[in-house]
Amino acid sequence: MRTLVFASLFYFASFTLAAGLAFRVWLYARTPAPLKIPTTPAPLTRGGVAVRMAREVVLFESLFKSNKWIWLFGWLFHVSLAAVLFRHLRYFLQPVPALVALEQPIGVLAGFAMVAGLLALWGRRVVVPRIRYISRASDHLMLVLLIAIGGSGLAMKFVTHTDIVSLKAFFLGLMYLDWKPLPDDTILAIHLSLVAALMIIFPFSKLLHAPGVFFSPSRNQADDSRERRHAPRGLLAAGRKG
Amino acid sequence: MAEAAPKFDPKAHVVGDPIEIPALACGAMAGSKPYVASSAHQQPLGFPGELVENWQEKAVARLGELVDNSRALRVYLDSCVKCGACTDKCHYFLGTGDPKNMPVARQDLLRKVYRRYFTLSGKLVPWLVGAEDLTKEVLDDWYSYFHQCSQCRRCSVFCPYGIDTAEISMAARDIMDTIGLGQKYSNEIIGKVFNIGNNLGLPPKALKATLAGLEEEIEEDTGVPVRLPLDEPGADILFVTPSADFFASPHMEGLIGYAKVMHEAGVKWTFSTYASEAANFGMFVGSQENMQKVALRIRKAAEDLGVKRLVFGECGHAWRVAYSFLDTLAGPFDFLDRDYPVPQHVCEFTYDLMQKGKLRFDKSKNDDFRLTFHDSCNVARASRMGDKPGGQFEIPRAILRATCNHFYDMAPETIGEKTLCCGGGGGLLTDELMDVRIKGAQPRMRALRDVADEHGVTHMAAICAICKAQFSKILPQYGFDMEAIVSVHQMVSNAILLTGSRQAEEYDAQQKPAS
Repeated sequence: MRTLVFASLFYFASFTLAAGLAFRVWLYARTPAPLKIPTTPAPLTRGGVAVRMAREVVLFESLFKSNKWIWLFGWLFHVSLAAVLFRHLRYFLQPVPALVALEQPIGVLAGFAMVAGLLALWGRRVVVPRIRYISRASDHLMLVLLIAIGGSGLAMKFVTHTDIVSLKAFFLGLMYLDWKPLPDDTILAIHLSLVAALMIIFPFSKLLHAPGVFFSPSRNQADDSRERRHAPRGLLAAGRKG
Repeated sequence: MAEAAPKFDPKAHVVGDPIEIPALACGAMAGSKPYVASSAHQQPLGFPGELVENWQEKAVARLGELVDNSRALRVYLDSCVKCGACTDKCHYFLGTGDPKNMPVARQDLLRKVYRRYFTLSGKLVPWLVGAEDLTKEVLDDWYSYFHQCSQCRRCSVFCPYGIDTAEISMAARDIMDTIGLGQKYSNEIIGKVFNIGNNLGLPPKALKATLAGLEEEIEEDTGVPVRLPLDEPGADILFVTPSADFFASPHMEGLIGYAKVMHEAGVKWTFSTYASEAANFGMFVGSQENMQKVALRIRKAAEDLGVKRLVFGECGHAWRVAYSFLDTLAGPFDFLDRDYPVPQHVCEFTYDLMQKGKLRFDKSKNDDFRLTFHDSCNVARASRMGDKPGGQFEIPRAILRATCNHFYDMAPETIGEKTLCCGGGGGLLTDELMDVRIKGAQPRMRALRDVADEHGVTHMAAICAICKAQFSKILPQYGFDMEAIVSVHQMVSNAILLTGSRQAEEYDAQQKPAS
């Protein structure tokens, strides 16, 4: 029964995440950008834009300009999350690639760093009046959810080990449609439920900043309005004729 | 809360860190509202004369349309994570402490409505995600706080996703216009452009007289017959400038500077009565249709006069529309000479001549001016000059350094891409908004106070009609001289040595060793 519940849950969550994100990305891509609005100074070429975007996504350049504390905690969280996700590949890939095996200890450390970053961000959300003012229930709960995911994950490593061999069998089974039982473990159940919840919420929440940043016209447009004609479809053409 | 607060005394607030973060003062600026446009100011722009009956439904529908047609709006409304990076970046927040002047909170006034009507979470669990119905109270907040944004884009520099509150404010103003709740100041001005050709409503006769007067003045002063032509067919350059340049100080001193540069360049140029306005308030109200109608006037004037080049005078938001939007709105400009940038900024024009060694200056003529430079927000963050990113910062400074012996920059966090708005941009330059204009200028005034105390700076140059008009009013409030704001081309005008002019002769005589 529990295996069936979690198997269905993960199919549903994966579908919602993939379909939801795909829909959103499709929506962003098909919505016209009628005018050139890069925040200047901006790169003059598409290649330059790619570099600017990479600096934003990898280094959080604008955030660094803005506020060193938010940058530090936010960057720590995101980089750690990336390391943790990379570490988790070992539960989904057979055989485990050498790089993933090599990264395991870093991934474990990153688990702590991730939770630390999240706690610090939450602390600012509660303590700094400006940020408390702009926070809604969902902003707090999103942090709680992520901290709970990190905490339950760490608990399985450092408090009560779970049967990761069976767990991997369960996930490989999900992927290859050859279902295997999920180990009976409360913390694991909590961890997996929260992760599934996160996946389901993702395309309907502010987590859309992940695809959103790539579509942000102020960041992804080149400063070339005098060199290259920007004539998007629709909207403005009507006025020209009239 | 607001009524209990003592009256704001700018002079008591002029010393301090320009970007010092104030304590939150909830609701402090809720009472700041511009006059509502009457039917006479609404209808020429295609907007209903008064608040329509089913305004709520109409507003939500219009929001849906806008989101469907603007990737920026859709992405910005979805992406904010409430990280707080922008919260201390708006000059209106720094000056007022009203939390609804924090960029994210201003955006949320619209975002909460977007969430309520257009997102699953907002429909299902509005209380959880801060989604709200569009009520009269929310609309009141919109009218108040979306007219406390000068669309200066400072927040967008600091946002990790580049969310630009200007885009949100423009959308909100577009929605309000659509339901009949327009802003008098901007809409009346757009009407004047349609009827007369410029924001100030200066008729052709007045323009002609002004320009003739200036020609006399320049000849008297220099001995050189510098012309300021109007509607001259066969000119190579159409010069489009904010109408304030024809009207008031220190704008007009800048205009004289343009004329002297054009004369020295030896080009055939002209102003146009039909396009006697560079500014485009269609952008302020977020109406692409009206912005396009205003922009098309410039195209028509260029075609009718048969010019080959377009040059724009000192104007901030105007340069944004010209540089970034003009080709999209009114192009393609195939009939213009593509060997020159289309359009070109007068600072680029002057700088080019300087580079070619065609302009001579006597810097000592500006020795009474110890200068700093105020980067106008829309030039800084929504346009460029020259062929390198950041040319919009370097070129005006290069001109000032070439024409003036004493130049000092203000604190780095208040200039360049981080420049502070003057406090009067984006359709806020109207008397009933004086309170927010004064408070919004506080960060800039503090930065100016710093260089005045440290380097003895006496004057601040700018390249925007709104900045100049705003500072003329605001400087005295903060204890500075009203005339401490100058045009960049005013400095050019003072120092330039026109070929054959009295000034050039005197200068050359001084340079020659006595023999």
